[in-house]
Amino acid sequence: MFDRRLLTHIDSPLLLLLLVTAALGILNLYSSTSNWNLAGTAVYIRQAYWLGLGFGLALLVSLVDYRHLYHAAPFAYLAVVGLLAFVLLFGKTSMGATRWIDLGPFHLQPSEIMKPVMVMMLARYFSRQENPFGHSLRDLLLPGALLALPLLLIMKQPDLGTALLLLFIGSTMILFAGVRRATLAGLAGLAVAAAGGGWFLLHDYQKQRILTFLNPDRDPLGAGYHIIQSKIAVGSGGFWGKGFMQGTQSQLSFLPERHTDFAFSVFAEEWGLIGCLVLLGLYLLIVVRGILIARKAGSPFGMYLAIGITAMLFWHISVNLAMVIGLLPVVGVPLPLFSYGGTCMVTTMIGVGLLNNVAMRRFMF
Amino acid sequence: MPLNAPAPDDACRKRRFELLLFAAALLFVLLALRLWYLQIISGDRYDLLARKNRTRSIPIAAPRGTLYDRNGAILVDSRPAFNVSVLRQEVEDLDALLTSLAQRLDLPVEQLQQTWQSRRFYPRYRPIPLAEDIDRTLVEELAENALQLPGLIIEVQPTREYPHGELAAQLFGHIGAISEKELRTLTDQGYRGGDQIGKSGLERHLEAYLRGQEGERLIEVDVQGRELRQRTQRPAQPGNQVILTLDLNLQRRAEQAFGDQAGAAVALDVRTGEILAMVSRPAYDPALFARGIGQKAWQQLLDDPDHPLQNRAISGQYPPGSTFKIVTALAALHEGVTRPDELIQCDGRLRIGERDFRCWKRTGHGPTNLMKALRESCDVWFYDISLRLGIDRIAKMARHLGLDQSYGLPLDNERSGLIPDRDWKRGRFGSSWYPGETAIAGIGQGYVLATPLQLAVMTATVANGGTFYQPQLLRQVRDHQGRILLQEQPRVRHQVRFTGQHLQAVRQALAAVVGDPRGTGKACRLPGIAVAGKTGTAQVVRLKDDLPGHKKLADDEIAYRLRDHALFVAYAPAEDAEIAVAVIVEHGQHGSSAAAPIAREILAEYFGIADPQPDSTAGQEE
Repeated sequence: MFDRRLLTHIDSPLLLLLLVTAALGILNLYSSTSNWNLAGTAVYIRQAYWLGLGFGLALLVSLVDYRHLYHAAPFAYLAVVGLLAFVLLFGKTSMGATRWIDLGPFHLQPSEIMKPVMVMMLARYFSRQENPFGHSLRDLLLPGALLALPLLLIMKQPDLGTALLLLFIGSTMILFAGVRRATLAGLAGLAVAAAGGGWFLLHDYQKQRILTFLNPDRDPLGAGYHIIQSKIAVGSGGFWGKGFMQGTQSQLSFLPERHTDFAFSVFAEEWGLIGCLVLLGLYLLIVVRGILIARKAGSPFGMYLAIGITAMLFWHISVNLAMVIGLLPVVGVPLPLFSYGGTCMVTTMIGVGLLNNVAMRRFMF
Repeated sequence: MPLNAPAPDDACRKRRFELLLFAAALLFVLLALRLWYLQIISGDRYDLLARKNRTRSIPIAAPRGTLYDRNGAILVDSRPAFNVSVLRQEVEDLDALLTSLAQRLDLPVEQLQQTWQSRRFYPRYRPIPLAEDIDRTLVEELAENALQLPGLIIEVQPTREYPHGELAAQLFGHIGAISEKELRTLTDQGYRGGDQIGKSGLERHLEAYLRGQEGERLIEVDVQGRELRQRTQRPAQPGNQVILTLDLNLQRRAEQAFGDQAGAAVALDVRTGEILAMVSRPAYDPALFARGIGQKAWQQLLDDPDHPLQNRAISGQYPPGSTFKIVTALAALHEGVTRPDELIQCDGRLRIGERDFRCWKRTGHGPTNLMKALRESCDVWFYDISLRLGIDRIAKMARHLGLDQSYGLPLDNERSGLIPDRDWKRGRFGSSWYPGETAIAGIGQGYVLATPLQLAVMTATVANGGTFYQPQLLRQVRDHQGRILLQEQPRVRHQVRFTGQHLQAVRQALAAVVGDPRGTGKACRLPGIAVAGKTGTAQVVRLKDDLPGHKKLADDEIAYRLRDHALFVAYAPAEDAEIAVAVIVEHGQHGSSAAAPIAREILAEYFGIADPQPDSTAGQEE
């Protein structure tokens, strides 16, 4: 089952980019949590543990031929949809949302697992239904339904950020698979209508967030506080930044959630535009690498899988960055490799493992 | 096959990959442009916002300016005080903190709660002082237990020091924490909640001189407002040094001379109008206010029937009694209604209209000239003279000598007294003037009112030959580096053109009041210095004479509050005057026995006569 030659095909540029970015992320966490006096292991050390664990998982995921996932996808899909339903019924409620399943030492967040599973499911579907002329509306009914079911369950939790990401990932895959022009126009119209109608389905706090996003000064100490402080942090970084551990917004705690969703703001404050461009470059290279892996994939399923995983990474990165620099409402999407959190790190690394998996097996038909 | 065939790599797919790459790159470029906008285009604005986020300006209170007497002795000083304050954002359990603090400070917890409530409007990062100027041992004790009392801090703040206690308390005035009402009008002058401000007297009126300029400490705070480090510091500029005209020794001796008696005294330099002493008794301890006076103690001061907060020397309006005869006598000579040698018969009473006007001496003074009339304070002589003068001419002379006006001193509630005339009565009562009222006004009773300061000015003006100087309290104001900001010069308000003989005649009579064995002011005699003066008695209850059986009552038995006020005005040396004094002892009965000895003490101090032997044979009058 395991072929030694596979090791020579490990995608080292991808893993190198990944390690460099993750190292920057840990450095950044060291700075942003340096004034915390918490008992136990420091946050950045814990993040390093998660990175190590994630890296191990990525290698483990690389070992098993991704093609097995083709067969496992429907079962995994059903299982996670079941978990999502379970969460709604018995999940752990925190801060008004029910997202977690309490597993003793762990909290399991099925919506996070749904992302790679959705990627597998759609990859399976589109690799079977190749259509050189583009998919028609009828072709898209099944993948649409496959996407809509967990989406609705997640929105019900409610977890707008994850639902949005899932929608972006799914749409990216559908668009990449090809859609007929007329169908595309129809879907675009439908999306606009849904956006309008969706407003009325949103929870109050979600509407609040969107209104505050449009005008943060509406509530500078409440809902607008995060985004105002984040923009101050980023903007005051200037070109060269304030220097490592010198960011006043972060070191003096003006910036909330600076170790999780707003980790990039800390980085931007301390390293300035120059640092931000470097980091953006690193992320872009990871994304480009993902797309190249898809291009060279050994099978249609592998290609769609790689596209989906890359889309997942890409949308996490762009939505988080857009959020902390005030281009999108604050929806609670972490920045892969930068935000502290085991779930995010593990999901990211499993995704990277899958990409590597596809890359390693590009010559095996 | 989805799994085992390579993906077809046609043109269409190639285009999709290119599109994908392009879209990803485009979005990242968009993000980069946004970062450019935030960090470069708006960088300065956000930098400013970040600075504002983390820096706070903490004012450093400036020590108030020191008050000095004319010889450079410190009257009111500033010193550092330790305050127990609470930093709101650090408090974990307010109730527990206040309770614990109340116990340690030995204060009722309600008082601390009240203080807390009344100071909640202070800026958020500014600590709220709960107890001011606490003991040094208590400071140490609290500092040791600081960990159990989160939020508690000890602040050092300059406070007022009163090395002479109650001395001239109403004159100096007191300071206190700025009130919400004051703050509303003074915010644009840089005042803030928690500032100390002059509340009365010189402290209030010289606020601009004394206040100083507060310094500033720029500190860096975290989101909770906790101080992390200090950026810069601009030291406070102490308030200006104010040199008063007062003479500390004279002031102290004068206050001591009053003992427990209520009253007021003013001593003036007749050559300049400078106020050498200004006494108002009883007084209060201004340190109470510097420490933050409690509601109860404040109410007690307000309700005190002896009005310790009032500066009687300028706010107390008293009938001047016989001291006013100086005015009437001068007016008579000036207007030519009598000559110094004219004799008027005193039979102990004078009938005016339907009523008998009595002289204080029932048996009468017999034939009386101006000298005798002043020396022995004959009322009948003055009734007669006043009728000849008419009220308007008396009033005119009174105003020339400084009565019936306020001088605009930097003090609270300076009153202008009252000199009645025909116009005044018509305006006030709508009725015409009666001759009897003229006779009563001529001996300083009836409507006539004057403050002790006015009587001192009147006396000084007579003593120096007719120059009515503006009374002054300030000599000089210097900043803390010694630069002179204000230098007062004597200012003449009015020059009375007396004929030399007239003035001489009155002055000789006033010298005889003290110097002559028959004079009423013998109690003010000093060895080696000729003193001139005039006694007076101000009736408190005019109907007293009509009370049945009153004459059988001994002085002591007349209820204290019904007793007459005793007055004495004096200047010395009689021939070449330097100092003029006016003394009033409330309910002191007789100017000769109660007020003259106090004037004597003041003069003795001024002339450096160590232990004057009081003349026990005080003259009787009225």
